[in-house]
Amino acid sequence: MSATMDGDPRPDRGAVIKELVLTAVIGLALTVPLVSYQTIDAVGGLQLESRWGSTAVIIVALVLGRLGIILLRTPGYETWVAIGGGLAAAIGLLDLFRDSVAGMLGMTAWPAITPTYTLSFLIGVGGAILAIRAVLQISRRASSMSKAERDARAEAVGGQLRKLIRVFATAAVLLALTLPFLPFSNRYVLDVGTLIVTYVMLGWGLNIIVGYAGLLDLGFVAFYAVGAYSYALAAQHLGISFWLALPFAGLLAASFGLLLGFPVLRLRGDYFAIVTLGFGEIIRIVLINWYDVTNGPDGISGIPRPDFFGLAVMTRNGSDGLPPFHEYFGLPFSSEYRIIFLYYLIVAMAALVAIFTIRIRRLPIGRAWEALREDDIACASLGINRTSIKLAAFGISAAWGGFAGAFFATRQGFISPESFTFIESAIILAIVVMGGMGSLVGIAIAAMLLIGLPEVFRDLAEYRMVAFGAGLVMIMIWRPRGLLSHREPSVLLADRMPPGRLVPKPAPASGEAGG
Amino acid sequence: MSYLLQQMINGLTLGSIYGLIAIGYTMVYGIIGMINFAHGEIYMIGAFVAVIAFTAFANFPLVVAILLVLLFTMLITAAYGWTVERVAYRPLRGSFRLAPLISAIGMSIFLQNYIQLLQGARNKPVPPMIQGGFTVWDDAGFTVQLSYLQIIIVVTTVVLMVGFTRFINTTSLGRQQRACEQDKTMASLLGVNVDRTVSLTFVMGAALAAVAGVMVTLYYGVVDFFLGFLAGLKAFTAAVLGGIGSLPGAMLGGLLIGLIEALWAGYFSSEWKDVAAFSILVLVLIFRPQGLLGRPEVEKV
Repeated sequence: MSATMDGDPRPDRGAVIKELVLTAVIGLALTVPLVSYQTIDAVGGLQLESRWGSTAVIIVALVLGRLGIILLRTPGYETWVAIGGGLAAAIGLLDLFRDSVAGMLGMTAWPAITPTYTLSFLIGVGGAILAIRAVLQISRRASSMSKAERDARAEAVGGQLRKLIRVFATAAVLLALTLPFLPFSNRYVLDVGTLIVTYVMLGWGLNIIVGYAGLLDLGFVAFYAVGAYSYALAAQHLGISFWLALPFAGLLAASFGLLLGFPVLRLRGDYFAIVTLGFGEIIRIVLINWYDVTNGPDGISGIPRPDFFGLAVMTRNGSDGLPPFHEYFGLPFSSEYRIIFLYYLIVAMAALVAIFTIRIRRLPIGRAWEALREDDIACASLGINRTSIKLAAFGISAAWGGFAGAFFATRQGFISPESFTFIESAIILAIVVMGGMGSLVGIAIAAMLLIGLPEVFRDLAEYRMVAFGAGLVMIMIWRPRGLLSHREPSVLLADRMPPGRLVPKPAPASGEAGG
Repeated sequence: MSYLLQQMINGLTLGSIYGLIAIGYTMVYGIIGMINFAHGEIYMIGAFVAVIAFTAFANFPLVVAILLVLLFTMLITAAYGWTVERVAYRPLRGSFRLAPLISAIGMSIFLQNYIQLLQGARNKPVPPMIQGGFTVWDDAGFTVQLSYLQIIIVVTTVVLMVGFTRFINTTSLGRQQRACEQDKTMASLLGVNVDRTVSLTFVMGAALAAVAGVMVTLYYGVVDFFLGFLAGLKAFTAAVLGGIGSLPGAMLGGLLIGLIEALWAGYFSSEWKDVAAFSILVLVLIFRPQGLLGRPEVEKV
């Protein structure tokens, strides 16, 4: 299988056929039981329903796609691959949108070539990717530039992009600040905005430990849960207001971080990851089973909303001796004030994290984290106390998680262990990874994509997690440094090492599924 | 006393299943030094394939059906194991050190939801096929049962383990695998096809996980798409407890985890049994990271 054809000028027909047969056999094994039969609940046990049409289409598409990839490796066949890929893309997309296309043309929809919409989509996208790669290869061969020139140009484009990031960041901050007053803004937009900013904040919090210190924390949601529950319990039993409870929630989460961090910090990369995952699960199980305190799986409801800095409350009639917000400011009543207030609250909290992060990067401890991330043994030999800086990263990260948790509790008014599963940790981690560990702007963009897009495509909710998992794998393969990679160390020996040298060697661009 | 015995029988059965899964973790960690986070999902796929196959072969005589299902499930699941390695891990060799783990987490989430999409979110029940058993002990009304199914599970596991250990120790493929475990570069210089060996490791691990999947389908009679997450974590704990990289260690760890879980559930509370497993994982990693039978790892620059 791994016999490659890199050196060959033309594909060896026998080898190609062998690979295609192998692809077909594997495709058959992958699809025959799980795709071609669906188990249906019926009277007296399960029954099977067959889906052979889809199975056949998948296998044909797999074999053709594989053929396309093989042909791409040999110069001279790109045109064919481009045509074939384009054709597949056209078929897939036409099938996908056949109802609307037929409607526009004023005719009845034609029978689909691909059996389901999912398959139309996959074939369309796969064909498009093949075609684009083929065209790219053709244009690359047509251009007279040498590899070095191309690299230089790519570098220049990258530099331009990095300048654009500044512009983009400014625009994003402006958008975030003015969102409630924009013409298209309504309750729904603000709700989605609040959700996105919450995840931006969580991503920035986790970024300190994953992006700066380079420790893969898979249990971040534990601190989020600690923050949420500590505010909810404090408000319910002690009647403490949100503003008093907020620092308390952060501190509690931070001390949990230190407590959990202490034993695990001498573990190596992936052991560390699994142990943090274990801690996350332990906290969740405790929340479920410690019924007397946490109310178990039923969760805690009726968590009070934050008041307006102790001056007014965000309800219609006022409570606790405080006037309602609209009366205090002499405005007509609107339920949107509360939404807007919550939105600005999380924006302010996120801004705090951002400013803190930007500042701490320049402090010795920020530098020490970077050293730790790049090479922890070298870092220790420079006299840096690894344990204390790791603990600091863990504690700070946890504190931000706790703040976000308290906000989550007050916004939802209801929390239960359901909200703090491993998937939540994975989503936050994916935001950090996709954004390019360490880049604040990248993380914000990734949060918009990962949280915002599924909100837009609500109808496709069942596909969300499949796409999410596949997306994580693809990012690791194609852009392991994230969408906006930003890992140049803050300090460089200016003359001797040009930027980019100290950046760890990029992974071999192995888009080829073959090889 | 009889209660203890019953819990131990149950624990050993459960432990055999964990042990079979743990071998996949241990071998993959041994050869490429990564935690194959998606391995629990491979086991879950094995269980689903088993459900489909049992439904399809329902009219065959029982023994034939079980053998057919076992073979079929091993084949299909092995194909999934191979594909996962090929698609999600092989392109990442030489990438930064956390990349394979993140990719594996993505793969795990993908497979879980892929099965949910294809087969639906509901539990899949399978009618009990092997019933009955021995009464080992009758103690004033409390009988200790040893079911035929439990015997089958433990015996299958033992047979597979012995066969597998012999395979790794004696065949040329096993030698190549051990060579790659020690030094991939050197092995490739000596003519070992490293990529193929790594692929085969995944295939073997997946096939054993498939057996575990068939067994768990028979044992509990119900399968759901979320099955792999916890079982995977516990099997990983078993691999770590036994000493990651060591085959007998994986088996020993599996049995211990199974026993601890059953006894914990029997004597303390079944709600907290998962905490027991995770606590063991944390404690072992902190105090004896090389596990019971493993070699300590040397940190290299």
